[in-house]
Amino acid sequence: MLSRTAAQLYWMSRYLERSEDLVRMLDVTHSLSLLPQSRGAMTELAAPLAVTGTLEAYHARHDKLEADKLFNFMALDLENPSSVLSCLKQARENAHAVRGQITAEMWEAINSTWLEGRTLPKRGIPSVSSFFDWVKERSHLFRGATYGTLQRNDAYCFIRLGTFTERADNTARLLDVKSQLIAPAVDTLMPVLAPSDSAPDFYAWSALLRSLSAFEAYHAAYRDSLDGRRVTELLILRPDVPRSLRACCDEIRAILPQIEARPGAADAGREVKQLAGRLALRLEYGAVDEILDAGLHGWLTGFLAESATLGDAIRRAYFEAN
Amino acid sequence: MHALTLPAPGHFDEMLLASGAIRPHYQAFANWLHAQTPEHLAKKRAEADLLFHKVGITFAVYGDEAGAERLIPFDTVPRIVPAEDWSMLEAGLRQRVTALNRFLWDIYHGHEIVKAGLIPAEQVFANAQYQPAMQGLDLPHGIYAHITGVDLIRHSDGGYYVLEDNLRVPSGVSYMLENRKMMMRLFPELFARYAVAPVAHYPTLLLNTLRHASTADNPNVVVLTPGPFNSAYFEHAFLAQQMGVELVEGQDLFVKDEFLYMRTTVGPKRVDVIYRRIDDAFLDPLAFRADSMLGVPGLLSVYKQGHVILANAIGTGVADDKSIYPYVPDMIRFYLKEEPILHNVPTWQCRKPADLDHVLAHMAELVVKEVHGAGGYGMLVGPASTQAEVEDFKLRVQANPSNYIAQPTLCLSSCPTFVESGIAPRHLDLRPFVLTGREISMVAGGLTRVALKQGSLVVNSSQGGGTKDTWILES
Repeated sequence: MLSRTAAQLYWMSRYLERSEDLVRMLDVTHSLSLLPQSRGAMTELAAPLAVTGTLEAYHARHDKLEADKLFNFMALDLENPSSVLSCLKQARENAHAVRGQITAEMWEAINSTWLEGRTLPKRGIPSVSSFFDWVKERSHLFRGATYGTLQRNDAYCFIRLGTFTERADNTARLLDVKSQLIAPAVDTLMPVLAPSDSAPDFYAWSALLRSLSAFEAYHAAYRDSLDGRRVTELLILRPDVPRSLRACCDEIRAILPQIEARPGAADAGREVKQLAGRLALRLEYGAVDEILDAGLHGWLTGFLAESATLGDAIRRAYFEAN
Repeated sequence: MHALTLPAPGHFDEMLLASGAIRPHYQAFANWLHAQTPEHLAKKRAEADLLFHKVGITFAVYGDEAGAERLIPFDTVPRIVPAEDWSMLEAGLRQRVTALNRFLWDIYHGHEIVKAGLIPAEQVFANAQYQPAMQGLDLPHGIYAHITGVDLIRHSDGGYYVLEDNLRVPSGVSYMLENRKMMMRLFPELFARYAVAPVAHYPTLLLNTLRHASTADNPNVVVLTPGPFNSAYFEHAFLAQQMGVELVEGQDLFVKDEFLYMRTTVGPKRVDVIYRRIDDAFLDPLAFRADSMLGVPGLLSVYKQGHVILANAIGTGVADDKSIYPYVPDMIRFYLKEEPILHNVPTWQCRKPADLDHVLAHMAELVVKEVHGAGGYGMLVGPASTQAEVEDFKLRVQANPSNYIAQPTLCLSSCPTFVESGIAPRHLDLRPFVLTGREISMVAGGLTRVALKQGSLVVNSSQGGGTKDTWILES
């Protein structure tokens, strides 16, 4: 496969996953800001700006943090390259450049998403949650079309690789921000994470789980009340929760050997496979208490750095080789 | 049920006689049409629009910011061609394209046709489309134009005429294929009433033609596109996918040790044949336009060593230039010793003083075109222009006569077409695609373009034209 094509397939699916993840993040901050006990709605609402590194860009355009403006900036503003619509646009542009490599169903799914999405800033949206649902639905549709129609070849592998690289990154960021918002003392004071009986924490953790579609999984796995320790374990270490770090890294590790490679030392993907293997093994044999002992924020920062290194290695091995 | 507007007297309509009677090959269609309600047909047209949009069959219009991507309007009344018409056209196209390839070989080798005095030397060698780099170069099988699109029109006498030959990068074949798919999806019942020659195997014929162009075993064929912002990008991606070959951009290719490679995830891979959809000038910044970001540095040198095949070859533009066009019937007689089957439109060459006088005196009745123009830009349709426009154009022609040719305003045939007020005759042309490989091959069909404005004779999509499905009937 052409290096450029591989890169564009990979970024197409990263951008699409990013738009979905962004919506999940906006969804949870939106829910949190509606809680009466919320620690000042603005802190919650500003979180997505912090995570996407767009706080400065926001302030360049708006004076104050206001719920409506924030939502518009993060969701519909095409001038903001990190907004949901910008991600959909870039996903579609990448798809356009590789349309010979994807099926008609996939192209129609992603193209009609953009054709509808671009009218939203003018047309307006009935409610924020309907927008969240729409983005998630369109993302599911594209993934379903991919799963159901695309030949299992390198194109399929690079698309999946993009999905899980992006998803792991976002789950880690979301967990980082939320855990700090929910329990700022989480890194220093373990007892805070002990059985959490306070109502605000319950709602906060459940909003996080719901935004990652992991609420039901939590109850099926633990059959117990919500607490920060178990939520952390679920989202980092459980192999059977599709948006957990472990699940994403297992997928990445499984995909890499399926990509066409030159044999032995000539395989440009060797370094990628080593990195992915190391990451997956760390999670497979990790324990939540070790993570919390080391400090969740510090641990997640380390994970994000390794995930960035992996992304770099993917780029060098497949997109820039020759 | 449907008010069919009759063609104006003296016009040739594909479906209707002046009396309103239906031509025999359209009778079954007319019966079917009569039984449909306008609401049903309107619903089908809306369905077609929606489908084309979803599939993304769009084209970009140069310099049009707002409508960066537009649909080419699709009309659901097919253009039906009787089998006997097609067999004449097919024979004529084979003959014409064979002669054009012979001409290209000749002008880049011994110049026999010039020596014989049939074409003035300066018409060939001073032509901007003539590529001196091609002189003496031997291409496999002597093929220059692997893919040719010939624009045909039908005059009020009912006869077919060649309007122009397209030997550079003719486009539109994807619409031929998609229009057929659409008609079969919208109106399957019509295909039970008519034996319509299939066109869907065109990509297979194209791939065979491209593979045959190379002498390599199992040649690696790619489609070279300027990229997603090109007006015909949809077609480039479509053809690459249909043929199962890579769609590459200039940045994906590089020259190493006198061979051409593409960058892949498993390292460099040799490229043997390029179906290029970019013009000569942009192919190689080292040889042609230095500012081209679309091409591949060093490509010409690889090409001249025979290590890669370009389809079409470099320098084919000289043969489809409007100043060479008047000589094509002579080429057929000269190279093939045959009489031309397809006729040219009578053409005045403004570079000739007598012709120039005639053109200036009769400009309001003529169509005047730039010699190197394409896409309906830079032309004057006399009868459709104001006095001021005609006078203005005269000045342009007088300033640079050799840049212009003129032809009588042809009365392009019309075909009933859906318009705001119902169904009315609109003018059309026909572009069949001729492939030259081991032998000449073509599917029985082509792209029918239709001018959607009443009375308009300009069918180009960039000027608001639409398309129709073309049905060649099997005998």
